[in-house]
Amino acid sequence: MNVIAEVQPMNFVKNLKYMGLGMLGIFIVIGVIMLLTIILNAVTKERKKPEDTDKQ
Amino acid sequence: MDVLYQNLLNLDWKMIVMWAIGGILIWLAVKKDMEPTLLLPMGFGAILVNLPLSGAVSHYLEDGSLNGEEGPLSILYHAGIANELFPLILFIGIGAMIDFGPLLSNPVLMLFGAAAQFGIFFTLCTASVFFGLKDAASIAIIGAADGPTSIVVGQKLQSGYIGAIMVAAYSYMALVPIIQPPIIKLLTTKKERMIRMEYTQKPVSKTTRILFPICITVIAGLIAPASVALVGFLMFGNLIRECGVMDSISETAQKVLANLVTIFLGITIASQMQADKFLQVNTLLILGLGLVAFIFDTAGGVIFAKILNLFLKKKINPMIGAAGISAFPMSGRVVHKMALKEDPTNFILMQATGVNVSGQIASVIAGGLILNFFL
Repeated sequence: MNVIAEVQPMNFVKNLKYMGLGMLGIFIVIGVIMLLTIILNAVTKERKKPEDTDKQ
Repeated sequence: MDVLYQNLLNLDWKMIVMWAIGGILIWLAVKKDMEPTLLLPMGFGAILVNLPLSGAVSHYLEDGSLNGEEGPLSILYHAGIANELFPLILFIGIGAMIDFGPLLSNPVLMLFGAAAQFGIFFTLCTASVFFGLKDAASIAIIGAADGPTSIVVGQKLQSGYIGAIMVAAYSYMALVPIIQPPIIKLLTTKKERMIRMEYTQKPVSKTTRILFPICITVIAGLIAPASVALVGFLMFGNLIRECGVMDSISETAQKVLANLVTIFLGITIASQMQADKFLQVNTLLILGLGLVAFIFDTAGGVIFAKILNLFLKKKINPMIGAAGISAFPMSGRVVHKMALKEDPTNFILMQATGVNVSGQIASVIAGGLILNFFL
């Protein structure tokens, strides 16, 4: 197949929508995962046991 | 006596070129220590399948019927790569190797992993100038810097260039220490490369470590169902690691399982490196587009960090953005070494590793999105 003969420069512009959708999609998914991680960290935070003051 | 030299007459100059390519891959693996576990089997395999009438691969007649017996590498290809089994199993091992600790400790680092997938989508647009959309998407995913994702996406989209895509994906991963530094230097000033970043290791509970892989699988499955096998196998491996009750299995997944699959993966990929399929103008073009993907991934991460710096009081060393390319763990190490070169007392390894790990997740999600768009 001769690719040079089939070069379609306008396809770059035509497919920019996939670039926009793809990057938006990734940031949304990663954003959701990030928020979830922050919530997980907050909810499952291991609290320090209060020191036993009764002991001598 | 004819028997001794008869097959020599079937030798073609293209086969000799492929021997040379195989030799280069072996040289890179042995002499330069670049991804030896993959480049060495691929290099040897490239020689093996390019011997005239090689019995290692199947040969077909013009009408498509099998000529003689099936070759073992062709059998392995259909058993493990055409159905995406090998890369998925390898993902269990990779998942078991990854410590998400630095990322869980600083979840904001995940944004850099997302930004550094820019090269994939830029290359998708560029490749669509030369190829059909499905092939362009398969080529673009080389920018995931993640071999198994490239194989799965290429196979699912039934790309006719899977051999070149796999070779490009694994070769460029090995070449990360050569590709990334000049791009990072071009986009940053010395002052920026010397920015120090405080690292405070916040404690991460065991519950978070266990719930994280499960939640990621559910989220990825809900948003990009096509990616759920990739994400799921990666996270299953990580769950084995983090659960704390499967230590010996985790060790097996990290070492024995990953090594076994890698041996077969490399040499089976080589079955797609037969001279008549591989030595085409398109292969060179795909290798070039793969490089474009890596360059723009790196640039995407660095530029995103620079944009954030415009708004942040505590500046970020923009080099860590480049580690979002995935290519775990090379990319994180490259960035760390560059920071040390500028200032021997500036340690950004933990931040770079966190970004690098987030790149691993983001690249799999990018693969899933690409499948969602084009499957």
